Amino acid sequence: MSAAEDPAAVARDERTSGGESRLMLFVLPAVVVLVFIGWVIWRQTANLDSIEERQLAWVVIGRLSWEHIQLTLVSTFFVLIVAIPLGVALTRPRFKKAAPVAIGIANAGQAAPSIGLIVLLAIWLSFGFWTAILSLTLYAILPVLRNTIVGLEGVDPTLVEAGRGVGMSAAAVLLRIELPLAVPVIMSGVRTALVLLVGTATLATFINAGGLGSLIITGINLFRYPIVVSGALLVALLALLIDWAGRVLEMYARPKGI
Amino acid sequence: MSTTTTPSGADIELIDVVKRYPGQKNPAVDSLSLHIPAGEIVMFVGPSGCGKTTSLKMINRLIEPTSGTIKIDGEDVRGKDVDNLRRNVGYVIQGGSLFPHMSVAQNIGLVPGLLKWGKSRTSDRVDELLELVGLDPARYRDRYPRELSGGQQQRVGVARGLAADPPVILMDEPFGAVDPITRQRLQDELLSIQDELHKTIVCVTHDIDEAVKLGDRILILEEGAQVAQYDTPEAVLVTPANPFVEDFVGAGSTLKQLSLSRVSDVELAETTTARSGESVPEVLDRARARNDTSVVVLDSRNRPCEWLWLRELQGHGTVPEFNAEEFVTLDRRATLNDALDTMLSSSHGAAVVTGRRDEYVGVVNFNAVTDFIQATEEQHAATAAADAANGESA
Repeated sequence: MSAAEDPAAVARDERTSGGESRLMLFVLPAVVVLVFIGWVIWRQTANLDSIEERQLAWVVIGRLSWEHIQLTLVSTFFVLIVAIPLGVALTRPRFKKAAPVAIGIANAGQAAPSIGLIVLLAIWLSFGFWTAILSLTLYAILPVLRNTIVGLEGVDPTLVEAGRGVGMSAAAVLLRIELPLAVPVIMSGVRTALVLLVGTATLATFINAGGLGSLIITGINLFRYPIVVSGALLVALLALLIDWAGRVLEMYARPKGI
Repeated sequence: MSTTTTPSGADIELIDVVKRYPGQKNPAVDSLSLHIPAGEIVMFVGPSGCGKTTSLKMINRLIEPTSGTIKIDGEDVRGKDVDNLRRNVGYVIQGGSLFPHMSVAQNIGLVPGLLKWGKSRTSDRVDELLELVGLDPARYRDRYPRELSGGQQQRVGVARGLAADPPVILMDEPFGAVDPITRQRLQDELLSIQDELHKTIVCVTHDIDEAVKLGDRILILEEGAQVAQYDTPEAVLVTPANPFVEDFVGAGSTLKQLSLSRVSDVELAETTTARSGESVPEVLDRARARNDTSVVVLDSRNRPCEWLWLRELQGHGTVPEFNAEEFVTLDRRATLNDALDTMLSSSHGAAVVTGRRDEYVGVVNFNAVTDFIQATEEQHAATAAADAANGESA
């Protein structure tokens, strides 16, 4: 067989030339680290008054960041365990008809102003971490749900039939064929959700659930711009970092061969 | 059936099989009864929508019959667990339908895996099958489907169908998605594999030439899966049972005519053209004014280099650049046979025709070819009639 006839060579070329996303993989974390170092230097050298000193103490920053990450990851976890099974169910013949309704509800969840959602839920339930998790979860279900449905519907139906035709059960076809093939699409929904959540988690401070949002609110209330800017900057860096982590995850979760 | 070798296939019996889809007046398959002897290749042919694929898929219960009985080796298929049944009936589909996220070995080893074969037995079997379909195991075992050509994918598809050594293999237009040269080679290989294995193979095709080439028997179906004729290829060709079969088989004589006529004999259609770098809205306006849904993109040397649907253009500011070398066109001296071939493989159902120095000339579509055939046939008939009249008067 001649080289020209050998599609393997061509395929390999294609795979190494995923230029843009590859660039993002290396440049993004570098930028985040650089900006963070810059901020640390400013924090160490700037002339801060006692309120700013207290708010921007390393312990406080560390605690707030950790709370923020917790809010993001825990709500992402709930988004995943709700949205993916729901998406799977809504692509099964039995529940297919309900898909537009579910998407509609999820749309409403995302279209509703997140600040309204979070405060109303807090008044109805209680203030604190778990209410924040609930509202964040509701808020971020849509991208994962929609991508799960789109990803599964994008699987070539002849492959599903081929799977059934060679004797795989419906569950085996779902687990071994449909889901793996839908993974890239689902994962990009997950990444969208993660980034949404990092941003929206800043609102958790309104219902006493912590997070970096409290820096911003305190800063605004006290007219301390260094605090506001630090809070906003840290949230932005965290969002970029999580977006990067999502990309890495996407790359590793993508099955070989597609 | 050969008497010297015992076939490893099983016979299949269809008794009064009916498939009726809800909401449709006429059943897709209306009381089909058929005996498929063990170890033979039976080809299901017929016009599209005649129920041949439905009939095939009822054998492995991908489609459940509304009524009637299907037996494999004397056993009613409905009495068995459906997944178990399918693991023992090979299934080969157009294009191979390989799972893109599984390697060649995983694709072939899928059914043995479902049947709980051991690892080493499965991997031995995979290598054996790759040899059988003419692919070097060491080289192809760990490749992914996208690293294979269409013909190679189809070979792996056949290997997957054979993996668990099933007595019965169902093939649904297995070679429909590959180029004619590869198709011919794959057909030859299938015949040599069958010489070795003597499976019962049921194969759906719309191509009477393929049916004649591969089949021990040919089943010609009319609408509603009515059996028009079920016989050996020779019998079907020599003594067609009725006008329908005659028409269906006789299509071949017109096909031969296609190889005698050139694209330049046919009236070419005009379509909107555009140049790389032109502003898209202008092109869209021009195309819409002509009610065209697609445009042919020409390069600086007037060579067609891409044929785009309008929706593919939307979102671009200017018409993008394409490589003319990579675009499949039809020389105006090509035969109508080639033309049909190219049209079939084009998503536009037509082909771009080029003239001197590969410059764009026009577009040839199915209508033009059918009109041309009709015209020639009328001409033939007229000459024949005139000849006959002359003969009488002489």
